[in-house]
Amino acid sequence: MAEIAIKGVAKRFGGFTALHQVDLTIADQEFMVLLGASGCGKTTLLRIVAGLERPSQGEVWIGGRRVDHLPPRERGIAMVFQNYAVFPHLSVFENIAFGLRMKKLPQQEVERRVNRTAELMHIEQLLKRYSGQLSGGQRQRVAVARALAMEPDVILMDEPLSNLDALLRLEMRAELKGVLAASKTTTIYVTHDQVEAMSLADRIAVMHQGRIVQSASPVEVYRNPAARFVGSFIGNPPMNFIPATKAENGSWTVAGLTLSGPKSDKPRIEFAIRPEDVDAGGEGLRATVRVIEPLGPHTLVTCDVEGGLFRAILDSNASVQVGDDLRLAPKPDRIRWFDPETTNAL
Amino acid sequence: MHGKALPYLLLMPATLFLCIFFLYPFALVAFEAVTRDGAFTFDNFRTMAGSWKFPVTVRNTLLLAAIVVPIQLTMALLMASVVSRLETGRSAALYVFAIPLGISDLAAGLIWLAIFDQSGFLNTLLSSLGVVDRPVMFLGYQSKLTIFIAVALAEIWRATAIMMVILVAGMGLIPKEYYEAAEVFGASPWQRFVRITLPLLRPSLQTAIILRVILAFEVFAVVAALGGTNLPVLMGETYNWQFTLQDRNVAAASALLILAISIGFTLFFLRVLRVPKEARI
Amino acid sequence: MSVATETPVAGIADAHKAGDWLLIATAVLLCVWVLLPIYLLIVNALSSPDQVTAFPKRFFPSFDLGSLSFFINFAGVARALWNSVIVATLTMILAIGFGAPAGYALSRFDFPGKGTFRFLVLMTRAFPLPLLALPLAVMFIRTGLDDTAIGLALVHTTLALPFAVLITFSLFSCIPVELEEAAWTLGCTRWQAFRKVILPLALPGIAASAVFAFTISWNEVFAAAVLTIENRTLTAFLLQSLGESPLYLKFAGGAALVVPALIFIFAVRKYLFAMWGIANR
Repeated sequence: MAEIAIKGVAKRFGGFTALHQVDLTIADQEFMVLLGASGCGKTTLLRIVAGLERPSQGEVWIGGRRVDHLPPRERGIAMVFQNYAVFPHLSVFENIAFGLRMKKLPQQEVERRVNRTAELMHIEQLLKRYSGQLSGGQRQRVAVARALAMEPDVILMDEPLSNLDALLRLEMRAELKGVLAASKTTTIYVTHDQVEAMSLADRIAVMHQGRIVQSASPVEVYRNPAARFVGSFIGNPPMNFIPATKAENGSWTVAGLTLSGPKSDKPRIEFAIRPEDVDAGGEGLRATVRVIEPLGPHTLVTCDVEGGLFRAILDSNASVQVGDDLRLAPKPDRIRWFDPETTNAL
Repeated sequence: MHGKALPYLLLMPATLFLCIFFLYPFALVAFEAVTRDGAFTFDNFRTMAGSWKFPVTVRNTLLLAAIVVPIQLTMALLMASVVSRLETGRSAALYVFAIPLGISDLAAGLIWLAIFDQSGFLNTLLSSLGVVDRPVMFLGYQSKLTIFIAVALAEIWRATAIMMVILVAGMGLIPKEYYEAAEVFGASPWQRFVRITLPLLRPSLQTAIILRVILAFEVFAVVAALGGTNLPVLMGETYNWQFTLQDRNVAAASALLILAISIGFTLFFLRVLRVPKEARI
Repeated sequence: MSVATETPVAGIADAHKAGDWLLIATAVLLCVWVLLPIYLLIVNALSSPDQVTAFPKRFFPSFDLGSLSFFINFAGVARALWNSVIVATLTMILAIGFGAPAGYALSRFDFPGKGTFRFLVLMTRAFPLPLLALPLAVMFIRTGLDDTAIGLALVHTTLALPFAVLITFSLFSCIPVELEEAAWTLGCTRWQAFRKVILPLALPGIAASAVFAFTISWNEVFAAAVLTIENRTLTAFLLQSLGESPLYLKFAGGAALVVPALIFIFAVRKYLFAMWGIANR
């Protein structure tokens, strides 16, 4: 059982606050992804869990044990680093065996575990090599094998795929998911890549400026962003936002369209819709086509709506031309509303 | 863990050492220079400046620095340019250029003694070419000029390497793209050197010049090997005050003068070659 | 020019070729400038005493060991050589022992006072350090360190320590922190991580800075001459006997100083840039 609880953790570097009072609980065997742009505090949070950084305040619990005062070696964790950190002076075998030797396991057990994890990561044939003789992808595998061989309660991964090229990343992503699911280890995985986050996570914690903005399942985060930032960060292209003004009897006017929306005493709120959730024609938002980008399966159309940019993903059969005036009908169940001041979902 | 104390623990031996063997003796020199038998006085400086050798000593030291340093700077720039442009044999050339870095100033003096001595290689060459009919005495007490030239050559030979290494490192920091961009815009190799290398190299030039100028005021063993007492310089006179004349207060005053000149020039070059923070690479 | 306009490609290629030749010629010329004087000294050292004082000179060594054996058997030389080795070894141990921990602390920690320490280290560069031997001579007499190997080694350590700090600093900075952190997460204490991961990776560089410290001490003349009387090092011995010793003794002594220096510089050539505290890509 290795549940992780982060309670009120804050981190300040001099006058700069990297983390504000973060609370997060990760269930046993859960795959949690910390997602955010660079500088949002996700790596700092991971390093605090690892014990490489000390929190300015707050507590970290792993498996029911408070660990924030313990050095990394006493926390029952293993970590995979962004640049792999494969020891250059040791062979692959000795790299994987490194932690086991520190635990003073008998040679037989060391060999058994090294061979098992090497097999798991498909690097059995590389055991005698050194880091300098390995490709980036192979080094990555060694780093993961080294962490798995420890049979830790928790695996921490800091952007482990970001140094690989696109094709290799795709391959490793699928493999990591399989291996980690089979190992049943609680995992915290840090990335800035939303696709990676969506495909791997049981739950995503979206971070922004040292705070967790939303932590929920990938679909929930995508469909129901808890804040404007989540909608604008996740999705490619991201969510569209248009100002809405209050109309008669509690409805809202959005770019010439009247919609029923949430109750609010504010005169203006924000209407939001994902690009794929609009259809051309019928009753809809008034839009003028600016740029058309055919992408194969569909067409990305950038329009002018209420003086702002609006992206719509339309069927590739749609015959639109630059300068056309369009009506874009939002799917009613996909419409979201945000408070422009708090930026929270309404 | 004792995380906070660890760096201080690690720094302590070095810091204590520098305090005892650098800051403390420095204070002692200053103290001895301005006292005599425990009383404050400027007599030591007066005695030093009153010596008949003093004006010659100062002149020789400054003149040597003024002639040697610009030539070294030019040669170091040339060496650094050659090293950074060579494709094959780069590391071999770098090693050869750097050799004098490991050679003691005394050894450098002896090396050039082998050339300038009356029975040395220069006389052999000149007489075999028929320029002179019998060996010339280059380093005798009446030939101050040739002694000066020999010392200057030995200094140039010995201490250009230090500047070269600093400049090569500095050139390595200048991104290649700047040269490529300049080339695309039609700059000739010389223009690229003057318009790109030199301005961007300014921090390294500053370091190299300051270090070299300080070393130039410390010139001692080269002169001792080549000129004996025929070309008095400040460091040699300091040594004389301490040993031949057995007056350590005047020796301290002399040492303080060398320090003052060094610091003065350091500040001068820090100011003249200042690079604003925003304009750095 | 007209040829170039007719066949621009060939013209550019020719210009490049001419440039290449000029570059190589310059490189060769500069190498000769550095190597020739050393060669001439070696010629002298490998000739018989008669050949050294004879005129005209031969430009090739006769491989007569007369000068060298005279030098080795000359009263005091063997002892001076031994003293030089002892002092340089002590300097090496002190400089690395004090410098490496400081270099490690500078590369791995951020702490108040870091800037002050760096300033202290860099400041030593702006001073003619051998001068500090003057006040220390008095201090050493009081503490019984005068005329001892350890006393001189302490002064030489002041010279070598800043280099040791800067070289090890750049060395440790080049080893990714993640390697150390990975070791911590894999069950190491700070000390175990240092011993099992950092030390094996830094060892060649530490050895190089040790060699460099050795070279600094081996070459130093002024402080050695000031602080030793009975226990002269080789440089102090040669300086002392410059006035009276025959030429072939000087040249053999010069060669004895130079040859180890050649080896030292070769051994540390990869780390030449690190010693000025500048990164080189």
